[in-house]
Amino acid sequence: MTKEISLEHVWVEFGEFTAVQKANLNIAGGEFFSFLGPSGCGKTTLLRCISGFQDPTRGVVRIGGNDMKGVGPNKRPTALIFQNLALFPLRSIADNIAFPLEVRGVDKKTRRKRADELLELIALPGQGDKKVSELSGGQKQRVAIARALAVEPDILLLDEPLSALDLKLRQHMRTELRAIQKQVGLTFIYITHDQGEALTMSDRIAVMNKGKVEQIGNGRTIYDHPTSSFVASFVGENNVMDGTVLTNDGKMMTIDAGLGAAFKVENHPAGGPALAPGDVCQLFVRPEALHLAKDDSGINQFESKFVSEEFEGNMRHIVLDAQGKKLKLSLINDGTNAIRANAPVKLDFAPNLGIALKPGELASA
Amino acid sequence: MKMKSPKAMIPGLYLTLFFAYLFGPLIIMVITAFNSSNFPRVSPWECFTTDWFGKLVADDALIEGIGNSLIIGIGVVVVAIPIGLAAAIMLSQVGPKLRASLYTIFIAPILVPGVVIGLSTLIFWDRIGTFFNAPYESFFYDGTFLTIFGQVTFIAAYSMLVFLSRIQRFDHTLTEAALDMGATPTQAFVKVLLPFMAPAIGSATVLAFLASLENYNTTVFTIVSSSTFTTVLSSKVRYGLDPSISAVAVIIISITLIGAIIFEVRNRYNSKGWALVIAERPALKVATHPGTVAGILGVLAIGAVLFIQNYDSNACTAQILEEKRALQQQLMEQQSLDTPTPTQSAPSSTVPSMPSLGPLGGDEGGNEGGDENGAGSDSSAPASNPFGGANGIFAPQNLRGSEGN
Repeated sequence: MTKEISLEHVWVEFGEFTAVQKANLNIAGGEFFSFLGPSGCGKTTLLRCISGFQDPTRGVVRIGGNDMKGVGPNKRPTALIFQNLALFPLRSIADNIAFPLEVRGVDKKTRRKRADELLELIALPGQGDKKVSELSGGQKQRVAIARALAVEPDILLLDEPLSALDLKLRQHMRTELRAIQKQVGLTFIYITHDQGEALTMSDRIAVMNKGKVEQIGNGRTIYDHPTSSFVASFVGENNVMDGTVLTNDGKMMTIDAGLGAAFKVENHPAGGPALAPGDVCQLFVRPEALHLAKDDSGINQFESKFVSEEFEGNMRHIVLDAQGKKLKLSLINDGTNAIRANAPVKLDFAPNLGIALKPGELASA
Repeated sequence: MKMKSPKAMIPGLYLTLFFAYLFGPLIIMVITAFNSSNFPRVSPWECFTTDWFGKLVADDALIEGIGNSLIIGIGVVVVAIPIGLAAAIMLSQVGPKLRASLYTIFIAPILVPGVVIGLSTLIFWDRIGTFFNAPYESFFYDGTFLTIFGQVTFIAAYSMLVFLSRIQRFDHTLTEAALDMGATPTQAFVKVLLPFMAPAIGSATVLAFLASLENYNTTVFTIVSSSTFTTVLSSKVRYGLDPSISAVAVIIISITLIGAIIFEVRNRYNSKGWALVIAERPALKVATHPGTVAGILGVLAIGAVLFIQNYDSNACTAQILEEKRALQQQLMEQQSLDTPTPTQSAPSSTVPSMPSLGPLGGDEGGNEGGDENGAGSDSSAPASNPFGGANGIFAPQNLRGSEGN
């Protein structure tokens, strides 16, 4: 059983400080939905509104169509997985998993049976009598999920549950979380500041900044067609160039970014607000969208100089200088090396890969 | 090369002094409990005796005081522990500014002198009693009730400090997690916070009980007409004390030692290293089990009690008494030669009528009692000091002479 969630004009204020402003969104039943944003953007506050630890100052939180106002966290059909997991250190694994049943007065035998079933699900069979401290980080993670699933909630809320794990384990747990979600078919609401997590696991993502939901969409839309400068600079890496719109015919814009010829950039229906000729704009081109020009015939071509290189194994990240502007270029390491120090580097990019947006706040690196 | 350099001896010397400082008084106290001398002292050694324990058991005032102290101690624990725990929980949940001021308020009773707390408790409840027109038999004037409430004011603060240090390490998301998983706030408290606080509750209970048992400053006011262990002891000290106080010390020290030994044995028995050692040796496992050790200590304690009950030192004490009487006789004769005053007949009539108290037993008390008598307040001269009135005969110079023999 899954329930949809809707936030209607939700505001949360702490005194003078506005943690969440006018959050307005619907999350469908069975969806894997992520809130992505830098720390302090209000995503955890929003999660606490859904789980019932925080009352919105204004607005309505509905779960399955019912207004949740005045319904305590212990009465909501949600289960929250805390950032630090919040496993009970003095209880065994099985007692941890069976805790939600215990407080509902389920008898000991049934509790134990259910705990064993869940241990099976999270691939830790027969480990119920261990102490929490005897488990590894990934195992604790799975126990926390099992505990949350013990009473079959309708919605599972996850507050950066992977942030304490090391990189390899994190990547492994991403696939595992997604697999568990598919298996149990619950609505997952996932909070993260790690765009990799959000992009790989989510059906849809809400990018938040300073209490505001900036954009909602699936991973592809968010990455390829950001609607604000913040989203463009926060999700993935981006080169930013300040420019002025010269022409805009609805399909194609020309933009003067001060790097030789005017650039041609496509208008995308899912993109940000329309720009008129004469508008100041920010032009975003991703490092992997920049392309080494073979000859002088490409579109949006310009010259730059080599500055430095970061070698990452499969990728090479090259820092270039285009008329005083630092640009980043990412190349797949195919064994060739066409870039030489001090020699000019000719670059171009396809018109559909440039993104022109109204100037706005950029995510600080 | 055999001699250590003076520098190398400093740590050893320091340790010796340190332990002598710590344990010296206790050791002397224990020895005095077995000396038949009427005043607790080690020298001169008269007879080995266990009579003081018998005297202690027969001392109704002291036994009643101990009983009251235990009741008050339990009452204080029952009231102070929940208050301290509640205060600690509150402090751990409020904001930093409020916390600082609340902390100061909660901690204030520790800083206020016990005398002030005692007096103000007395006055406060008296006012309330008067307001309700309560009779003097009501609890507003009951020593036990007043003492429990007087002591709770600062013992609750002590226990709060114990709880605070533990609760600071509590992860409050655990409570949130419990709530999120359907627990009621009560369930979250009982199933998550209380088990975490259990060790602190244990140590705070012991601390509160001991602090209540040994409290004097506050109790002496709030106990009103009743008495506790400490007030009985203090009145004994004031009105002439005998080695039954040392016997109390021996009992307390023994209980403490037995408790400490069992606790330590339990810790070592449960340690990982020891678990490996005894894994293969069942005999050693049984021998070092805390229960076994407790049993052995219990048997030893019962043996000591039986020994104390049955040991008879009458022959020796009678002999000492005889010697003293002879000495007394000799002194009196000497005195009558030196100063032929009419008071000389007093001791010969007093001493034989009090055979259980040797003439030396009253001497220290006599000196103190003499001061009071000199001040003209002989109403305070108690029955336990029958020689206070005879102070003139036991003039200091004479007493010194007797001690020298």
